[in-house]
Amino acid sequence: MRVAKVEQKGTLSDADLRDFFREMLLIRRFEEKVEERFRAGELPGFLHVAIGQEAVAVGVCRALEEGDVIASTHRAHGHTLAKGTTPNELMAELYGKLEGCSHGYGGSMHLYDVERGNMGANAVVGGGLPATTGAALAFKFRGEPRVAVAFFGDGATNIGTFHESLNLAQLWQVPAVFVCENNHWAESTPGWQHMPIEDISQRAVAYGMKAVKVDGQDVEAVYKASRKALEHARSGKGPVFLAVETYRLVGHYIGDPQVYRSKEELQETRETQDPLDHLRAKLELSDDEVEEIDREVQEIVDASVEFAKNGTEPKPEDALKNIYA
Amino acid sequence: MPELSYREAVRDALSRAMREDDDVFIMGEDIAEMGGSMGVTQGMLDEFGPERVRNTPISEMALAGTAIGAAMQGMRPVAEIMYEDFLTLATEQIVNQAAKHRYMSGGQLSVPVTFRTQGGAGWSPGAQHAQQLEAWFVHIPGLKVVFASTPSDVRGLLWSSIYDDNPVVFFEHRTLYGLKEDVPDELEPIPLGQARVHREGDDVTVIATGRLVHEALSAAQEAEGEGISVEVVDPRTLQPLDEETLVDSVKKTSRCVVAHEAVTRMGFGAEVASVIQYSAFDWLDAPIERVGAKFAPLPFAPVMEEFVVPHANDVLAAIRRTVGRNGN
Repeated sequence: MRVAKVEQKGTLSDADLRDFFREMLLIRRFEEKVEERFRAGELPGFLHVAIGQEAVAVGVCRALEEGDVIASTHRAHGHTLAKGTTPNELMAELYGKLEGCSHGYGGSMHLYDVERGNMGANAVVGGGLPATTGAALAFKFRGEPRVAVAFFGDGATNIGTFHESLNLAQLWQVPAVFVCENNHWAESTPGWQHMPIEDISQRAVAYGMKAVKVDGQDVEAVYKASRKALEHARSGKGPVFLAVETYRLVGHYIGDPQVYRSKEELQETRETQDPLDHLRAKLELSDDEVEEIDREVQEIVDASVEFAKNGTEPKPEDALKNIYA
Repeated sequence: MPELSYREAVRDALSRAMREDDDVFIMGEDIAEMGGSMGVTQGMLDEFGPERVRNTPISEMALAGTAIGAAMQGMRPVAEIMYEDFLTLATEQIVNQAAKHRYMSGGQLSVPVTFRTQGGAGWSPGAQHAQQLEAWFVHIPGLKVVFASTPSDVRGLLWSSIYDDNPVVFFEHRTLYGLKEDVPDELEPIPLGQARVHREGDDVTVIATGRLVHEALSAAQEAEGEGISVEVVDPRTLQPLDEETLVDSVKKTSRCVVAHEAVTRMGFGAEVASVIQYSAFDWLDAPIERVGAKFAPLPFAPVMEEFVVPHANDVLAAIRRTVGRNGN
């Protein structure tokens, strides 16, 4: 077995961690607002929030260097914000406005911000994995010290693209990091119903890939494991698989009645597995301190809704643009 | 003027692009030491090395998707899908990913990737190694689709496909690889979206692709002996389609036959027939005839295979029908 132990010692300063807390709370409040505006009938399409998984997005993205790229999933708001897209641009996209990060062509499941290294969220489970291997191949070809990072869930580890992409990435030793956010649910299907093994990292080990297990509710642990994985990949030692244990504290989509999940289990998970609670306790933040940060991020989120509502509607015929280069 | 086979012409376009441009590389199953299942890439490993002539596992999703990812980072990969039947395995990546990244990103991304593939009946490969699936990809906004029928065309079109900033699905026909032609020393790029009039005529226009271009030319020769003057046009690029050249030709001849090796039903010819009837309705003197494979998977036994796919005599029969001779 080549599964490395996660190093527990922290080197991040309290100020860094407070900054992480602020960003995680911003993502949380942003997604709660998205849920509220969706239920108010203001947002088209359908939406998946990642409440409970904020530490993964922030921990991984804060560990990236300039020039690194990510590929995301249908549950992409957190990754997108953590990779640097502004709340205004993201909210405008959810409202289908030209100011949106995909200019109204993508929506929640197709968030792009190429300039900031976000190569796109993918609505096909596992769909972005081959392109991650491909981006990493391009970096290797050009001798650029960049890493391509794919986010995906435990459900994606059953699809062919996952296996083909990991096999090829390891075979070609490309600088890629595969971040598996194991939230234990593939939509409504629990892990035990979709996977005959308990340790998801075995799937990467099967390809000879370095695999690391990470507590996804501990942002510091995610950050540190990501730094190591990125350094490994960047230095030409090959790709890394991060098996991140996390929890989805909400339904698969906004409005999901979660008939597949007991209320007790959900309640207990919420009480014990909230990454914000964990970090708050670690930092020993007072109620006043949290309130102050909360007020600040709420204002940013409220402003993003205003920005989005005042954004520019595309013209119907804009639908015929951007099909070909 | 050197003589090149269709196979050598493909290799020539790939090699020239790779000599000029570090961003171009090729990847596919068995393309390195073996030189590809059709021998197209023979010798390229020696010239360019294993990094740029990249053997892949039998892994079409990753093969296609890795090429897409590299293209999104500005490379110009050419991915060989060994048989177009195996495009089915890569279709998610080609249709949902390559075709749509530019659109879904609101124009932020380009995906300059070329998927080369080949197929075609006539050698009894059976139902899973010779289908003609080009029509599927013409249906997808965001993709360009090329089907070349001669050595000079395949060389010039492949060059343009590699340098096009969009994903291109590039079809070659297996039975054409040995076809030879004198080609200029200088590679002349052929713009995508430009049809070629192979032969001028006055009575009937045959719009044909791939192998059927050659079947149509031989049918035209035969028809000439019967006093029927046939024009043969090859669209070469199926998307974008050079509607103007096709329509102008039919306006001149007033009769039209569309011909391809793929199954007639929902084949590319159906779209061409629709374009022609809409734009040249008042010029038409006869119903548009369609020539294609019968509605059957490709059978193994040579006599059955021969029966299913169209040949010159089928094109000739269609030509005759349009001019009201030997109608059936």
